[in-house]
Parts: sequence; structure tokens; C-alpha cells
Amino acid sequence: MLAILWKDLLIELRTKETLASLLLLGLLTLVVLSFAFDPSSPLREAAAPGVLWVALIFAGTLGMNRSLLRERDNDCLYGLLLAPVDRGTIFLAKTAANFLFMVAAQVVLLPLFAFFFNLPLGSTIAALVPVLLLGLLGFAAVGTLFAAVSLRTRAREVMLPLLMLPLAAPLLIAGIQASAQLLAGQPFAAVGHWLRLIGAFDVVFLVVGWLAFEYVVEE
Amino acid sequence: MTTPNLTDRLLPVATIAAMVAALYLVFAGAPTDSFQGPVQRIFYVHMAMWLNTFTAFAIVGVASLLYLWKRDRRWDHVGRAAAELGLLFCTLGLATGSIWAKPIWGTWWTWDPRLTLTTVLWMIYAAYLLLRNLAMEPQQGATLAAILGVSGVVDLYLINRAVYWWRSIHPAVIVDRQGGTGLSDPLMRMALVVSMLAFFLLFLWLLRLRLRAARMQDTLEDLRGELAPAAG
Repeated sequence: MLAILWKDLLIELRTKETLASLLLLGLLTLVVLSFAFDPSSPLREAAAPGVLWVALIFAGTLGMNRSLLRERDNDCLYGLLLAPVDRGTIFLAKTAANFLFMVAAQVVLLPLFAFFFNLPLGSTIAALVPVLLLGLLGFAAVGTLFAAVSLRTRAREVMLPLLMLPLAAPLLIAGIQASAQLLAGQPFAAVGHWLRLIGAFDVVFLVVGWLAFEYVVEE
Repeated sequence: MTTPNLTDRLLPVATIAAMVAALYLVFAGAPTDSFQGPVQRIFYVHMAMWLNTFTAFAIVGVASLLYLWKRDRRWDHVGRAAAELGLLFCTLGLATGSIWAKPIWGTWWTWDPRLTLTTVLWMIYAAYLLLRNLAMEPQQGATLAAILGVSGVVDLYLINRAVYWWRSIHPAVIVDRQGGTGLSDPLMRMALVVSMLAFFLLFLWLLRLRLRAARMQDTLEDLRGELAPAAG
């Protein structure tokens, strides 16, 4: 598993293309969505957590599509499948790689987001980080599974968001609500139920993906 | 070859009879609601749609799981037929609900937990059907769709929790949900039960028809497969 993870990270370090496009797309989404709100309106602050998550999701969807498309070029996927590892392990490695890419993108996006939306990041960051990390993990799990599914279809770029976003609805609602409450200055304990929901989502889709990946990649 | 058996013959008759009875009870038998007026009568149909929708989606989940486990084409047909019918009744349920909501709630749509849940469900199963049509090969489409079907059912509980918590935090938006409750008149209750029964029979009938069509298609394709080498 570590070998596959390391391979993905190494490719990324050498080309830097996924991370660069992830970051730019995330930034672009932030800016474009800023146009939707009057800069002086209080609505802007209310919408900020939603904007952050939408930016994350757009960027993440793109990144995960790329991560599996790369395996398809030159039939690398067959090479992976021939490796003497369990299919579930390949899924976990891919999920871990996608998770790490999104975390890396998030490290850059979060300060920019606070900068553009004028948010009190300094005081809330400690509480916000677990919400974001758990959210990204669940997102990476469901995204990796369905990126592999959409790889097997025509119109694959369109299929991934279509398959994944409705399933990710609880993750989105929980993530946005928890972030909004934390940014509004509520204590960490107030979002405990949202955090548990995100955690449950992570567990469910890591297990489903681990079990189902075998069926997805089989010939 | 499949020939219509006794159930296939009885089901249409029973459905039509129940439908006629339901029509009579809904429009003539049950008294008009004193608060809501005649628009309340749509509730009898609306409720029946939901019964079918959730039955269909439960079938999709179970059939998907069984397909992944047993690899039997029949389970795939069941899943697909149920998903199609589920989507149909889900759409009708949303439509009848909207028609009722406009005069009673004063709006076509509101982000009530139930409505949100249903919308997400609708999207999952629309994606399920789309996935089958866009898969490279039918065999693979069946497997992929089954994975989505299982995921959808597992996800259902989480979506449900999320939408209820989401709304409970904004008490100002919570809408008065008294519509349909307090069916005090026995004729009203009877209209509801008969109407649900009628639509449920319709559901079963359509499901059987759809399954028979799927089986025939299978036979057709098998025959084609047998004939192709001979012709070439």
C-alpha cells in the first residue's frame, strides 16, 4: 500500500501538475463565487463556509478524475492489478494519495480564503482543522471509488460529479454547517454531532470502497 | 419462454378494480377536509406514491447486494426495473406534493428535511440509471450500478440525519406540517388505504411487466449470440 502511495506522490512531486491545477481551480472558484455576493453585504460572511467547501469539491473532483485517468493511460491500471496486493489495498492507497493532495491544496487555499473573505482564521483554525481533515477524508474515499466507476463509462468526466455529489450530500451539509458554526465563534463542542456524522460517513465509504473496489476494477 | 401465469392475469384485474374503488373513495366517498378544502384529496395519491418510491428503493438496495453476491442476471433486472419505477413514482410524489404545497404552504418548494432527502434520493437513482446506459458494456454497467445502489441505501441513513439536523438549527424555516394528519373520518382513512393499495398493485404489475420485458430481451440477445456465428 505504501509503495502505491509513494508512487503517486513521487509522480506528483516530479510533475506538480495535479497540485497546480487543484490549487488554481480552487482559487478560481473562490474568486468567481465572490462575484455572486455584494462585497459589503452581510450575506457574504454567511456564505463563506459554503464557498470554501464548493471550492474544495470542484478542485477535488478534478484532482480525483486525474488521479485515476493517469492509471488508464498506458494501461498502468493493469500493472497495478497484476501487483500481488489486495484490490482493497489499491483503493486505500489511492484514497490516501488523493487525500494528501487535497490537504496540500487546502493548506494554501485556507489562508487565501480567510484573506478574501476577511474571516477570523487565527482564532478558529484549531477547531476548523479536524472538520476539514475528516471531511476531506470522506470525500477522498467516495471520490476515489466513484472515479474508478466513472472510468468505466463513456463521458467519464461528467459521471464523477453526478455519481459522487448526491452521495456526498450528508458530508457537505455537515461540513458546511460545522464550519459555519465554528467561524461564527461557537465552541468546538457545539459541532460534535456534525463531526460524528462526518466520521460515520468516512467509515462507511472507506469500508464500502475497500469491499467494492474489487468489483469496479475487474474485467 | 415466459407465458403469463395466474398472477400475471390476476394482477391487472385487481389493479384496475382497486383503482376504480380508490377513485370513487377519494373523490366521492371521503368528505372534503374542513381546513384545506378539496386540495387535501391529493394526499391520498401522494401518500401512495411515497409507499411505492420507498419500496422501490429498498428493492434496488437488496437486489444490488444480491447481484454483487450471487452474480445472477435476474437480480440485476430486478434492481433496474425497481429503480426505473422508483424514479417514476418519486417524480410523481414530488409533483403531487408541490401541487398540494402551493395553496397550503404558499410555496411550491421548501427545504423541508423530507423534501431535501427525497431530492437527494432522486438524484442518486437518476445517476444509477444514467450509469447503466453510459457503461462501456452492459455486464459492467450492472456491477457498477449495483455498487451505487448499495452505496445509496447505506448513505440513506446519513442523509436523513444530516437533513434533519440541518433544518432543526434554523427553526424559522420549519414549516407547519399538519397537512394530512388527523384523518378523523373513517371514510378518509379508507380512501387512503384503498388508494395506497391500488397504487401498490399498479407498482407490482408494472414491475412484473418490466421484468418480463427484461427477460425477453435477454432471450433475444442469447438467440442473437447463437445465430451470429452461424450467419457469419
